[in-house]
Amino acid sequence: MIAESFSFPEINSILRWQDLFVSFNKIALIAVAAGVIGIAVFLLAGRKDASKAPKGVRNLAETSVEFIENGIVMQTMGKDGLGWTPFLLSLFVFIYLCNVPGIIPLIQMPATARMAIPMFLALLVWVIYNGVGLKHQGIKYITNTIWPPGVPVALKPLVGIIEFISNIIVRPFSLTVRLFANMLAGHILLVTFALLTQSLITAETMQLMLKPMAILPFGMLVFLTAFEVLVAFLQAYIFTILTAVYIGGAAHPEH
Amino acid sequence: MEAFAHLVNELNAADQKAANAASSAGFAYGLAAIGPGIGIGYLVGKSVEAMARQPEAAGMVRTTMFLGIAFTEALALIGFVVFILIGL
Repeated sequence: MIAESFSFPEINSILRWQDLFVSFNKIALIAVAAGVIGIAVFLLAGRKDASKAPKGVRNLAETSVEFIENGIVMQTMGKDGLGWTPFLLSLFVFIYLCNVPGIIPLIQMPATARMAIPMFLALLVWVIYNGVGLKHQGIKYITNTIWPPGVPVALKPLVGIIEFISNIIVRPFSLTVRLFANMLAGHILLVTFALLTQSLITAETMQLMLKPMAILPFGMLVFLTAFEVLVAFLQAYIFTILTAVYIGGAAHPEH
Repeated sequence: MEAFAHLVNELNAADQKAANAASSAGFAYGLAAIGPGIGIGYLVGKSVEAMARQPEAAGMVRTTMFLGIAFTEALALIGFVVFILIGL
């Protein structure tokens, strides 16, 4: 029976892989590669002659810069936020390049499916938006954050606690979990359907019936891989746009 | 059910614990998915309505829609993390 020959591997074995060197595994390799590739592409694009019409790699770079400017900064922070474009662009490119190996055959491991990278990025964002808030509003940033304008005095203790928890504590946590859990869920789905396909093809009993049935999980695998292309982009976009919203909100208090 | 009866008898304490963990992990994720499912459906439906009424505002609506989806989806994802923690 299939149920006996099919067993799901330990979660550690689909996420950890072997160490390449001491404490340097495939995840670290993907993260380093994402950083290097991102830097290389933009350095290469920046070296081209600026007077000619853009083509090739410079086209890609210009499109992504315009996407960040028009799609993220202008929508959330307005004109004042354009100075944040380089930071948001590098955040977006790094997360996207970390997500995409999840669907590249033979690599198939999103580096963001481990908690460390999303958590580091979320803590970085946390430090930055609180720093921006303290710089722009001074010490009033804290009162502006925990009491939205127009709160009655009687409700201030309650609202203060709720807003403090949701703005200061939950934000980095939810940023982390959103990116990490999305990529992990996608990775586990791909693993599940790949294993189902494999176990149907290598079934020892009822081969005539089971082998053709392998087309079903395989079709699902192809569909989910296409879906993961979308998810990899969408999660990078959402992480970046939330960063922009948090920085914008800290720089300009609500009235 | 009789076919499985001998399996139930052979379960020892550790197996029983693992079985309970597996089934409650399923419940945790299933329950966590209900609310965000309704929420995202409502949110996207309303956004499509808004875009159809006012196509020139589609860009702004889309950005806000993604923000809303991100916040709503977080609940389901926390359920998924709980599923991983207790189930595997």
